[in-house]
Amino acid sequence: MQNRETPFLLVMVLPAVILGTAFFLLPLARLALVGGSGPLGFGAYLAVLTTPRYFEALVSTILLSIAVTLVTLAISGVSGVFLQRNQFPGRDILVSFLTFPLAFPGVVVGFMVIMLSGRIGLIGDVTALLTGQRLVFAYSMAGLFMGYIYFSIPRVILTIMAAAEKLDPEIEEAAQSLGAGPTRVVRDVILPALRPAIIASGSMCFATSMGAFGTAFTLATDIDVLPIVIYTEFTLLANIAMAAALSIVLGVITWAALAVSRAFAGATAAAAG
Amino acid sequence: MRRRREFYLQLGLTLLACAFLIVPVVMSVVAGFTTNFFVGVRSGFTLRWVVEVWTLYSHTIFRSILIALSCLAVTLVVGVPAAYVLAKRPGRVTRLVEEFLVLPVAIPGLATALALIIMYGTMREFRTSWLFILVGHVLYTLPFMIRSVLAVLTSIDFRTLEEVAASLGARFWRRFFTIIIPNVRSGIVAGSLTVVTLSIGEFNLSWMLHTPVTMTLPIGLADSYASMRLEIGSAFTVIFFVMIVPLLVALQRYGTPRVRHRPRAQEELKAAAPRAGAPVPAKAPP
Repeated sequence: MQNRETPFLLVMVLPAVILGTAFFLLPLARLALVGGSGPLGFGAYLAVLTTPRYFEALVSTILLSIAVTLVTLAISGVSGVFLQRNQFPGRDILVSFLTFPLAFPGVVVGFMVIMLSGRIGLIGDVTALLTGQRLVFAYSMAGLFMGYIYFSIPRVILTIMAAAEKLDPEIEEAAQSLGAGPTRVVRDVILPALRPAIIASGSMCFATSMGAFGTAFTLATDIDVLPIVIYTEFTLLANIAMAAALSIVLGVITWAALAVSRAFAGATAAAAG
Repeated sequence: MRRRREFYLQLGLTLLACAFLIVPVVMSVVAGFTTNFFVGVRSGFTLRWVVEVWTLYSHTIFRSILIALSCLAVTLVVGVPAAYVLAKRPGRVTRLVEEFLVLPVAIPGLATALALIIMYGTMREFRTSWLFILVGHVLYTLPFMIRSVLAVLTSIDFRTLEEVAASLGARFWRRFFTIIIPNVRSGIVAGSLTVVTLSIGEFNLSWMLHTPVTMTLPIGLADSYASMRLEIGSAFTVIFFVMIVPLLVALQRYGTPRVRHRPRAQEELKAAAPRAGAPVPAKAPP
């Protein structure tokens, strides 16, 4: 039966492979070649590191993504474990609020940031009332920072809650009965148990922050993050080779981050199974 | 005492996070129905902005629905059989094929879109049609369909079911359509909801792939944010929320394919086992 089925199986997997080859693999290979077709040749890939404009964009995108990841993990970690452990009236509503923006595209997240900290935003209203000065930061790196946290909280909190569900309260009780204070219980029991979920959701958060485009595009097209630089090179400066080289570099970074995420998500899944 | 204080500190942080996420949503809903948001709600409520969005942007909404449904059709036809093959022949080659098929998720939409433009941008007819956007959406959503179906397949004993059906004379395609498909239904439903939700909200690829005549909903949103008054952008956002909320509710309910708790294959075999001699799986016609 095994061998007689092989032709059928080939027919079934072939459309996916053809689609992936024609519209993904070949175009991406072409993109990598185009990246080396500019005046710099394949030195364009090196120029990402040696040209200050590109290098600074790369570094600030990485720093921004790390900051977003850490803050999102802190908020979602505390709230996720809290919501998983405590039953109180209104808990389910809070959970659905925190996961509601899950399907928002980056542009909508950008608009939400404008609503909060834009020229007519809530934060501006409050600070104007309190200090007489309107605080407006939506159209800058700070606004982007806020937007990516907004974008990431729902995703990270779901992973953390799923992992927190499997925590064994008896281990914590044992630690407490052995004299461990709350800080030690968190540090030595809860955090190690959540580690795979934290790494998996953290690297996913990092990767999406690196590659996101819509939010930055809505807020301001002059924020120097890598996707905006790529977009500018391609559409405004018609520097297609450099845009291609930068895209490949960005793709390698997000791919590596997501590979880490998947490795750890797999570990949790296996451990749970 | 200490415990209570911690409880309230954590509750406080959680409430702050909720406010952070929900307050701007409420603000944009209010703004979408307010005559003049700069003046405030005392300027009165109106449906004018919603009507204006409809006249300006309804074509983007219909195009997005068209693309999302086409994308669903393609990912079903291409993705479900591919997932079956990956589950059927686990090994190094299929592992590589799987890695390859899910790769588009790991690459930023901007990069994929650039690659598509560089490769196919000169084919005018294709470049200016909505099919160009569809290709991008299929690449991006196919991995979700494959993974969702694959997760269910690896959790059920589909081989035994198939062997039973084969021993009763069911041929390959019949086994696929009457045994496999009904048994991975939860994965197909979850995958479909994910595909439609992602396609409707997709911006990164669509922005690069669209032309002025092939604008999708998120492109329309970006356009309204950039060039229309705030109330119109808000009203459009509200329309988007109205479209996306049912999908989200369905995703929360059916979004996780039931992989562990319902080993259907075994249940059905057990149910069939006592009838010695004729272990017909529930869904297979005699």
